[in-house]
Amino acid sequence: MQALANLGGRLLSALVLIGCVIVFNFLLINIAPGDPATVIAGEMGGASEQVLAEIRAAYGLDQPMLVRLGTYVMRIATGDLGYSYYYNDPVADLILSRLGPTLLLLITGLGIAIVLGVWLGVLSALRPDSPFSHLVTVFSLIGYSAPVFWTGLLLIILFGSAWPIFPIGGIRDVTQSGGPLFHVFDVAHHLVLPALTLGAVYTAQYARLCRASMLEVLKSDYVRTARAKGLRTSVIVGKHALRNAILPVVTIIGLQIGQMLSGAVLVETVFNWPGLGTLAFESVLRRDYPTLLGILVCSTVLVVIVNMLTELAYRLIDPRIRAAGGAG
Amino acid sequence: MNDSHISEVPSPLREAWVAFLRNRAGVFGLGIVGAVILLSVFGPLIYPVDPFEIVAAPLTPPAENARVPLGSDYLGRDILSGIVHGARVTLFVGGAAAAMTVVIGVLVGAAAGYWGGRTDRFLMRMTEFFQVLPALLFAMALVTLLSPSIPIIATAIGVVSWPAMARLTRAEFLRIKSQNYVIAARSSGAGDLYLITRVILPNAAAPLIVSTALVVGMAILFEAGLSFLGLGDANVMSWGLIIGSNRDYVIDAWWTVTIPGLAIFFTVLGLSLIGDGLNDALNPNLRER
Repeated sequence: MQALANLGGRLLSALVLIGCVIVFNFLLINIAPGDPATVIAGEMGGASEQVLAEIRAAYGLDQPMLVRLGTYVMRIATGDLGYSYYYNDPVADLILSRLGPTLLLLITGLGIAIVLGVWLGVLSALRPDSPFSHLVTVFSLIGYSAPVFWTGLLLIILFGSAWPIFPIGGIRDVTQSGGPLFHVFDVAHHLVLPALTLGAVYTAQYARLCRASMLEVLKSDYVRTARAKGLRTSVIVGKHALRNAILPVVTIIGLQIGQMLSGAVLVETVFNWPGLGTLAFESVLRRDYPTLLGILVCSTVLVVIVNMLTELAYRLIDPRIRAAGGAG
Repeated sequence: MNDSHISEVPSPLREAWVAFLRNRAGVFGLGIVGAVILLSVFGPLIYPVDPFEIVAAPLTPPAENARVPLGSDYLGRDILSGIVHGARVTLFVGGAAAAMTVVIGVLVGAAAGYWGGRTDRFLMRMTEFFQVLPALLFAMALVTLLSPSIPIIATAIGVVSWPAMARLTRAEFLRIKSQNYVIAARSSGAGDLYLITRVILPNAAAPLIVSTALVVGMAILFEAGLSFLGLGDANVMSWGLIIGSNRDYVIDAWWTVTIPGLAIFFTVLGLSLIGDGLNDALNPNLRER
């Protein structure tokens, strides 16, 4: 029951967060220089007087502020994110068509970061004074300090001319065709560099985090007990220590998913990956405000969902929280 | 060492400084950041070439034409001049955004940690909101709809980056407020404001200073990202802008993105090394090692 009440609370605060972002959007449209109708139409959307008049009527721009806010929230709640006068398409459709590539990039990048980061972190914690461990420390510092778009461009320089084994832009090769299997391979081939670029940043962070928490865990009493029982190191690490050492990583995944989406915007722009990030970049260039603001709302929803999923994962990994009915 | 003279006991600040100097990586970081600061102050005086002026053939490689020692960009502008003049913008925006982050974060965190209860719950919910937001998209919307000027950019970065600082400040306040010296100060009649600013905050300073170094680095990376996307102030040269405007030529002209990228990388690396060094120096438990 407690767990259910907790879930309800989570859901409520998630809705509040999404509501806040919608209100923020509304305020931004209204404090932006110029007539809100032109803002909604997008400055370069070639909005004619007729279109502007339609927008004024549809959004009730002659109404008082609060009424307008109500209308705006209701529109978005019903899935109407506005209309892109640049693409000549509803914003919701545009976003849906770009969501898949972004999710693919995020999940692959995150997968690389978790597997590689935890592996590097654990290995370096087992031999904290070895050259390998120092190498991991240096690597995490580099990963933290290098701008992600720059790492991507360096990979493009390397694989663009010197060693052209991976495609450096786009999601598929339009000059070739083949069966579904070819298609999957083609997308995966194009995914390598963007996913590595995005993954590298977080690999560095997770390795550092995992190393620190593993060092802590290895000093704890239950690990000493396990050693005293004569268990092999691989069993101690794999079955006992890892579960606890990985918890901070899971926590930070939830907190960082918004940040990771920011990284994806930059990586997508560098590699022309046709996801939400390039759409956001293009809508900035074209002053296509409805699309930009729609992406902001949708990505907030995405972040909230991922956050709830990581919380669920946390409970699965940590039985203490499960038993306490989610008191954490 | 003469034990009978109290004045001979080194002050905590001096002690921390000495400990910091023993950390080679930290001193290296301080050297990098010091050099970048000097570059931003005196660079434009020593090397007054206008970073927007076309001075050579487009995409001249480094060391080929003495007028453009580090090569030229796609328009024929001097990369070295861009680096020299860009240092100022990068540091200024990074510094201003970090100041904003620290001010908001410390205010929110201090209030939440000090008063606790309902204030704490409300402020922490708010912090959580801002923490999970897709920061770059949020800043992109803010900058695109308002104006890409330096104050707006610094504000946008500050508004999206304060939550981590607030959480840290709150944790420190929660830990410190139940210490005996705080209780003693309270019982001798100290008011809230005095307790927060004079008693608790100075004792929470060490971890806050450490994370400020990291916050400046993050802000510089963030600014570079925005400028890369073309959302920087177009009237001033910045390192991110050089990379962003030359990215279509990257395969033929590696220097146009590699060199400004190295400048960003080393500056942020320097700040992280300072942060790590300070962490070791200010943490008495680690100092003995």
